[in-house]
Amino acid sequence: MSSQASAVIPASLWEGGQSPYKTNSKKFGMWLFIISDSLTFSALLFAYTYCRVATPNWPTPFHFSPSIIFSSIMTFCLLTSSLTMVMAVHSMNQGNRRAAAGWILGTMAGGAAFVVLHLNEWLNLIRNEHITAFSNEYGVPLFGGTFFSLTGLHMTHVVIGLVYLGIICQAVMRGKFKAEDVEVAGLYWHFVDLVWMFIFPLVYLMSAKI
Amino acid sequence: MSTHSEVAVHEHGASVPTFAKVWIVLLVLTGVEVFLAYEQVPTLIMLTALVGLSVVKAALIIAYFMHMKFERLSLFLTLFPMMIFCILLMLIFLGDATRLIGMRPGA
Repeated sequence: MSSQASAVIPASLWEGGQSPYKTNSKKFGMWLFIISDSLTFSALLFAYTYCRVATPNWPTPFHFSPSIIFSSIMTFCLLTSSLTMVMAVHSMNQGNRRAAAGWILGTMAGGAAFVVLHLNEWLNLIRNEHITAFSNEYGVPLFGGTFFSLTGLHMTHVVIGLVYLGIICQAVMRGKFKAEDVEVAGLYWHFVDLVWMFIFPLVYLMSAKI
Repeated sequence: MSTHSEVAVHEHGASVPTFAKVWIVLLVLTGVEVFLAYEQVPTLIMLTALVGLSVVKAALIIAYFMHMKFERLSLFLTLFPMMIFCILLMLIFLGDATRLIGMRPGA
């Protein structure tokens, strides 16, 4: 846009007429959302950790098979989908919309696999371990409450991400949207991946049944 | 078209092999975490190790996948110090959590 203005950076960078972050407003908006959303997830993770530390007989219902195996595969799915998302942004920057749409579809496949495996894992907990959001056999109802809130909010984010990527993908295929729009969608997707990097060890691995 | 891709190459500091390497490192760190979960170590040490590894993974994702390494420093300084500060403030409550066990009736 204002390539002349941003090429020369005067000392008065913050006095207006400049782009101090040298980034577009959509990307900056997404970053602000990510920062605030990360505080929401932090609060939920702290709530879980608080309850865990304050409760002597905290449940450890995660058997190696299937829970830990499933959640490890889910981590693999999300990490791989992040890589394909990076490739989508890369292809879009090269002007290759066809490849970008393919990589976005790959990302969505990873996300969808994550949701399916996670629902499977939830059903396993509910059916085999008899853990619901309000009660369980360990006599610690807070476990279900904090666990399902935290992982449920994360799964909601993944589902919203799938819808978001679906919209971006069909627009890219029809020749709409620019590379920066794909990059902004990528930022959201990486954030969802990033949150799981904390939920997986703190919730699953810390409560693994040994 | 050719000028467009030239601009693109200029804009992005990381290449595809770099992204693949970061992905492999992230997978390896996840493997280390799963391994640690089955080692008999005290809870506090385990918690510290797992959170430490997670922070490293998060930093890799933010720096490379989310391109923060190639953004202006001003963007990083605007967003991250206050976020880290807010998260650290939440630690204040954890002291209460450790006292709560001793305050239970019959404890």
